[in-house]
Amino acid sequence: MEVNGADTSWILISSALVLFMTPGLALFYGGMVRAKNMLAMLMMNYVAMGVVTILWVAVAASLAFSGNEVSGLVGNLGLVGLRGVGLGNEIFKYSIPDSLFLGFQMMFAIITPALIAGAVAERMKFSAWVAFIAIWSVIVYAPMAHWVWGGGFIATQVKAVDFAGGLVVHINAGAAALALVFVLGPRIGWGHSVIRPHNLPLTILGAGMLWFGWFGFNAGSALGANGLAAQAFMTTHIAAAVAATAWIVAESLAGGKPTTLGFVSGAVAGLVAITPAAGFVSFMGAIIIGIAAGVICFMALRLKTTFKFDDSLDVIAVHLVGGILGALLLGVLADPAVNAAATGGMAQLTSQAISVVIAFVYSFVLSYVIAKVLDMLMGIRASETDEREGLDIALHEEQAYQMAE
Amino acid sequence: MKLIIAYIAPFKLDEVRDALKETGVTGLSAGNVQGFGRQAGHTETYRGAEYDVDMVPKVRIEVLVDDSLAPAVISTIETTARTGSIGDGKIAVLPVEDVIRIRTGERGRDAV
Repeated sequence: MEVNGADTSWILISSALVLFMTPGLALFYGGMVRAKNMLAMLMMNYVAMGVVTILWVAVAASLAFSGNEVSGLVGNLGLVGLRGVGLGNEIFKYSIPDSLFLGFQMMFAIITPALIAGAVAERMKFSAWVAFIAIWSVIVYAPMAHWVWGGGFIATQVKAVDFAGGLVVHINAGAAALALVFVLGPRIGWGHSVIRPHNLPLTILGAGMLWFGWFGFNAGSALGANGLAAQAFMTTHIAAAVAATAWIVAESLAGGKPTTLGFVSGAVAGLVAITPAAGFVSFMGAIIIGIAAGVICFMALRLKTTFKFDDSLDVIAVHLVGGILGALLLGVLADPAVNAAATGGMAQLTSQAISVVIAFVYSFVLSYVIAKVLDMLMGIRASETDEREGLDIALHEEQAYQMAE
Repeated sequence: MKLIIAYIAPFKLDEVRDALKETGVTGLSAGNVQGFGRQAGHTETYRGAEYDVDMVPKVRIEVLVDDSLAPAVISTIETTARTGSIGDGKIAVLPVEDVIRIRTGERGRDAV
């Protein structure tokens, strides 16, 4: 296959769109924390753009996408430092340059650990966060990307599919979030004092940026400017719109008011759930996924109060539950007329379910171990004084909002 | 001289300011504050979690006036800010020892 200008253009744009989701996510999360932790929250997201990029170029890209070692468990070190990745497509044989394929994938590697930040907000130490995402990117993200997209065993032996990252991004990040929450414990005052979002307009703006960037995430995952990209573009938008609406309907039926935070949370839940399925389902399938995401993720908010874990910004209810929903519903709703790579039906559903369990268990266990080891070595939680004072001043010596001027 | 401090409902600020101008007040300060009194708070809901918020938003205005103007200012605030329902606010009147206009160094009544 030759390198093709149209495909290359679209994936260049898509890569930029996916990167744009990380600032969007930073604002989405930032608006939901208290004012004293605003910069710390933004920084946890932004620092992923720095640290993960370095590790991706150094070693993670190679582990994810170079060759296939130990029966599909991991890539090799052939592309360490992106050695030999050039202007052509000799390595991956897609219709885009090899450098662009790894660049597009890099943007996914950046936002995935950033997603975890919402669960550990307002109490995790910045140094420990940087260490965590650095290690996690190499030993959790890279192998998972290899299993699903790099010719590894989930694709070839389990025969599960994941169009744009239900397993690799959302279940992966959601399971890691759950593990970190267990190691960290709840924020001071959680469950009895009022811990409210400090700026919902920023959250709503961030959600809009996510929705916009998600077109690159999902439609770009067609890896070409073609009908499949257009299909994924449309299913993505439909699922987001339906889930946002379904969420506020669910809120109203539950006896509350339709909230702005509910609407944008629903949109993100819909985007998460359609991610694995975007290039495999019909528009009707996208509507069903949207309804399921809006209603079930809304109901999943109760998990944290029922089981008493402080998932600060609901990463588990939105990303873990949404990701699992999408990965499983894809097994039922996959339409061969859209994409012959997934047929739907019992066999597909079984493969999807196995892949969900593998992704969850691997990410949860490894994340728990990394967090525990880091906690022993350096402590992962900010001191009580720092947490009360606010992480912005304590950890960054800055304030988001000044009293005057 | 008197310093008159009033805590009023935020939506009454414009009306009170306009009425005070008419009584001859030449300046005032206002700021957003939060507090609680007899008025109950309200409920806020974020992703299904309900919070009882007992601090309600008020506007605090401060007016510095000559003794002769004080009764008119107090009654103007009282009548303008009143709706009759709970949460209308309070007025406090404080004696003032001295006032200094920083630019000119004028003191006392001349500086008001």
